[in-house]
Amino acid sequence: MAIELVCPAGSLPALKTAVDAGADCVYVGLRDATNARNFTGLNFDDRALADGVAYAHARGAKVLLALNTYPRSDNWARWTAAVDTAAERGIDAVILADPGLMRYALRTHPSLRRHLSVQGSATSYEAINFYHEQFGIQRAVLPRVLSLAQVEQVIAHTPVEIELFGFGGLCVMVEGRCALSAYATGESPNCNGACSPGKYVRWEQTAAGMEARVNGILIDRFAADERAGYPTLCKGRFAVGSETYYAIEEPTSLNTLELLPEIARMGVAAIKIEGRQRSPAYVGQVTRVWRQAIDRVAHEGDRFRPDAAWLRELARVSEGQSQTLGAYHRPWK
Amino acid sequence: MEPKLPAFIVPGRVAALVGRLPQLPPALALAGALNLALGRVLPREQLEPLAGKRLLVRVTDAGLALRFALGANGFRPVFDRQPDDLRISATLRDFLALALREEDADTLFFGRRLLMEGDTELGLLVKNTLDAVDWAALRPALPRVGLRPG
Ligand code: SF4
Repeated sequence: MAIELVCPAGSLPALKTAVDAGADCVYVGLRDATNARNFTGLNFDDRALADGVAYAHARGAKVLLALNTYPRSDNWARWTAAVDTAAERGIDAVILADPGLMRYALRTHPSLRRHLSVQGSATSYEAINFYHEQFGIQRAVLPRVLSLAQVEQVIAHTPVEIELFGFGGLCVMVEGRCALSAYATGESPNCNGACSPGKYVRWEQTAAGMEARVNGILIDRFAADERAGYPTLCKGRFAVGSETYYAIEEPTSLNTLELLPEIARMGVAAIKIEGRQRSPAYVGQVTRVWRQAIDRVAHEGDRFRPDAAWLRELARVSEGQSQTLGAYHRPWK
Repeated sequence: MEPKLPAFIVPGRVAALVGRLPQLPPALALAGALNLALGRVLPREQLEPLAGKRLLVRVTDAGLALRFALGANGFRPVFDRQPDDLRISATLRDFLALALREEDADTLFFGRRLLMEGDTELGLLVKNTLDAVDWAALRPALPRVGLRPG
């Protein structure tokens, strides 16, 4: 089976661009804390969602709704209402992290497909199979911490389709459990849907360089010729002992284009592109490259080599100084 | 696909000249263009958090610094001494590429070609509201003033 290309959209124009550029699925979020890209002015209201689903379905593409944050007892109804909206609007699958919400979705809308979000942090086939047996999860998005050998192990032992991140910004913590942003701002991305929310972020050009602050805390200072990254704490430079450096993670982007033959061979169901926070321009640029790559790998298999022009294009839109194969490619486990 | 808009910068001599000219006419032109869009393609309601805020658009290579605010009657140039709430700086080429949807704002930011200072929340609102304008759907309804890209 061909690998599905799953592309991000933070707006209706981005969704249309993704579909036109060859995405098989587009994933979107609503304009509230029910998804992990809850940024001002981003995402879909009811009208845009209806238009987006109609546009995608008319062209044979699917729309997935990310409901991948964690509700609390005082706002539970907002998350279940979002599941209802997905069912009413003809969404093809909901991407869930919270087991309570999975249970609600299964009971209330049994025919609505359920995907396990990366925010669910399931890295073993035992965990994934548990979600499958309990809540009928049909697909799982794997956290970006496994090597390809480990991914293969998971695929061999589960009936659940596996979706892998192929390209984009990295969030390296055991996803769904990171407390860094909450530590600095008091607001958890896992419940409120935004890591380093805009209202806490300040950039300022100073004589020493461009400074990035989160809630007043200086997290990085970029020299004039240095590429910048998102203002997330994991990618800040901190003074540890006598050294100031990227103590947690460098601002790099994931790019797995050259691993595509291996990924295809092991039976990965779908490749996910990160970036719902980005503009339609990015969505179009990245979707076009990955569409061509996936089509080529289907024909060429192991002989596949990515075009130099594709790699250039992807490097151009990437966060930070470099790109990485992430955990997928490492000799140790 | 590489962006279609070629790389260029406004020559220094032109910039030096423009920098010495009164900034009212370009500020008026920009405010006028925004007002044409306001309510028609830009959702006024969503932009309400901008009301009363001072926005500074700095076209770095052209020596232009356009300051304006959103009031009850739309955008207008402002020349008061209040501090800016949001400052956005880029070259003319990059502002055009953003408007034409050939470049992504984050791409320009990572490459240090776009600087956003001040109230980041307002900046995200502006960026995301502009990104969400569905030009394709609006095309038939737009006045023919060359506001739209593509
Ligand atoms: S601080 Fe970094 S690792 Fe943690 S949630 Fe934010 S992006 Fe992810």
